[in-house]
Amino acid sequence: MQSEAKIHTEHGTDSSPQGPGCSLRHFACEQNLLSRPDGSASFLQGDTSVLAGVYGPAEVKVSKEIFNKATLEVILRPKIGLPGVAEKSRERLIRNTCEAVVLGALHPRTSITIVLQVISDAGSLMACCLNATCMALVDAGVPMQALFCGVTCALDSDGTLVLDPTAKQEKEARAVLTFALDSVDQKLLMSTTKGLYSNAELQQCLAAAQAASQHVFRFYRESLQRRYSKN
Amino acid sequence: MAAGFKTVEPLEYYRRFLKKNCRADGRELGEFTTTTVNIGSVSTADGSALVKLGNTAVICGIKAEFAAPPPDAPDKGYVVPNVDLPPLCSSRFRSGPPGEEAQVASQFIADVIENSQIILKEDLCISPGKLAWVLYCDLICLDYDGNILDACTFALLAALKNVQLPEVTINEETALAEANLKKKRYLNIRTHPVATSFAVFDDTLLIVDPTGEEEHLATGTLTVVMDEEGKLCCLHKPGGSGLTGAKLQDCLSRAVTRHKEVKKLMDEVIKSMKAK
Repeated sequence: MQSEAKIHTEHGTDSSPQGPGCSLRHFACEQNLLSRPDGSASFLQGDTSVLAGVYGPAEVKVSKEIFNKATLEVILRPKIGLPGVAEKSRERLIRNTCEAVVLGALHPRTSITIVLQVISDAGSLMACCLNATCMALVDAGVPMQALFCGVTCALDSDGTLVLDPTAKQEKEARAVLTFALDSVDQKLLMSTTKGLYSNAELQQCLAAAQAASQHVFRFYRESLQRRYSKN
Repeated sequence: MAAGFKTVEPLEYYRRFLKKNCRADGRELGEFTTTTVNIGSVSTADGSALVKLGNTAVICGIKAEFAAPPPDAPDKGYVVPNVDLPPLCSSRFRSGPPGEEAQVASQFIADVIENSQIILKEDLCISPGKLAWVLYCDLICLDYDGNILDACTFALLAALKNVQLPEVTINEETALAEANLKKKRYLNIRTHPVATSFAVFDDTLLIVDPTGEEEHLATGTLTVVMDEEGKLCCLHKPGGSGLTGAKLQDCLSRAVTRHKEVKKLMDEVIKSMKAK
């Protein structure tokens, strides 16, 4: 399976995995684009774009400090309007996913803050947020035990599976499932679903997501290799 | 002496029990605590239910009011859930605006209602474009000892089954709605979603129906919402340690058995109510 990677800017890479059996949209990533945060990344999936910034490990308020590990905080800002209950729910999902992979024990009594801004939403927003978060954490140099990626699957009314759906496909789908998988053995870290589906369909989606996550991890690796290799 | 050990090393204390395949309160790893449900206790609400899962107690009250249907869906009504975790239920909650836990739980219940299609929003419409019912579902936790999502889902389902809506006719001359309080109908509940929560310990062990302390020490949680045909409405796994496909399958089969238990319990209670 050929995967084309072009260097976009000094710190960015592109990828179009168009091999047989893979239907992910074109994705691109740019790191270290903001000067104030310790780490930042912009992740593009088709037309969906999310900007993530990471501050940390930094000072933590005494009321929030945990004696043996770092306190993680996630702030998700929607493109329009004020953050609401749905954003709080998504922040909790991303925070718990990060807590599972970030080695917080190496930085006790500190805080790691992840701020996400939705630039444009054209489907698979949660997956894009997860990918941007991972890339930003890597850029900030936060120690992690594994990388993680987000993959969205949509099931339409006749049971066909679509990976990385667009906004239109998500709206017409019977069920939309988003998974976060880790890079070591593709275990399921986080899952959030919408709509009704059967157990068999869940297994099918999970298997497809695990296969697709390989592409995303390969893209991460190439992106970072290009960034750190001396030309 | 055990109490001292529990305070100093809570994780080690629980591990000792888990090694022998049982839990600190004497349950098996896959056993639920006693579930108690009381339907129709709040007389001022249109529908209500009180659910106790072990020590966790949640009361759900449903009020029906009139509203104009949304402009983009003139033949639909509204179902507005709200989960409240007051300082009464646990020392970790303060008074003031809803904290993160309450907001996440409210969003979860809203998702369950939306995904499972428990009631058709079209059933709540009285006159398309002019009048529809809005059901305000308020879930208040009275005692927080873990597994709040299961308790809330069950309370909501039981309360919805208890709701009786009066028949509404629109008077032609005055164009006002008149509710006939003598003629009331039950809601058409299409599916029965039941939630089953699990906690993951040390990345390997799965326990069902965690208590508050177990949830605090767990490395991850998972909630599965299933309806009677075995279809999943929600697979809510907010981060935490990774799960393999096989472990996920175990959880799903446990959720199927739990659904049967809960459905049986609820049918018994409703039957005993109607018999009065």
